[in-house]
Amino acid sequence: MQTLYFALALFLLFNLCAGMWRILRGPSIADRMLAGQLFGTTAVAILLLLAQATESPAMRDVALVFALLAAVTAVAFVQRAWPDLEEKHDSD
Amino acid sequence: MTVIDYLSATLLIGGAIFFLAGTLGLLRFPDVYTRLHALTKADNLGLGLMITGLALQAETWASAGKLLLIWLLVLLAGASVAHLIANQALRKGIRLWKR
Repeated sequence: MQTLYFALALFLLFNLCAGMWRILRGPSIADRMLAGQLFGTTAVAILLLLAQATESPAMRDVALVFALLAAVTAVAFVQRAWPDLEEKHDSD
Repeated sequence: MTVIDYLSATLLIGGAIFFLAGTLGLLRFPDVYTRLHALTKADNLGLGLMITGLALQAETWASAGKLLLIWLLVLLAGASVAHLIANQALRKGIRLWKR
């Protein structure tokens, strides 16, 4: 099981790297934020897998904090940080 | 490996597939609204399956309960965030994707 946990954590990490492309490219600021949200959830999954694999329950608390912070970040983005002038949305 | 191990391995791999689908959707879908759809799949089902798989392996009931609470928090936050972002995107005048 240990091997499976580590393999899945690595797989999710590769998913994160692929998602980075959306953050770099955009096109709108909301798309970047969505990729950030996905990173948050994936990080929670990775932390939980590592907590089980290395038998360190403290990592579960870190995952809990990540989940909480991801939610707060998105709300702050919608309420405060979304500029009024939206970039042109491409249609590809 | 016991039966529980096989069951939780299946659930974990299923969750990973949903995460892959979410990432692919985020990369391939054409606008904010459709990407939001891909994102919530990874949030709800991907993490849900992973947490079920891990909870089967948990040593104590307390740690299984904590995993469940993390999932409930992510569910609640994911649903509210998806609604907020879609609502605000409509207000900012981001057009819906049409073929």
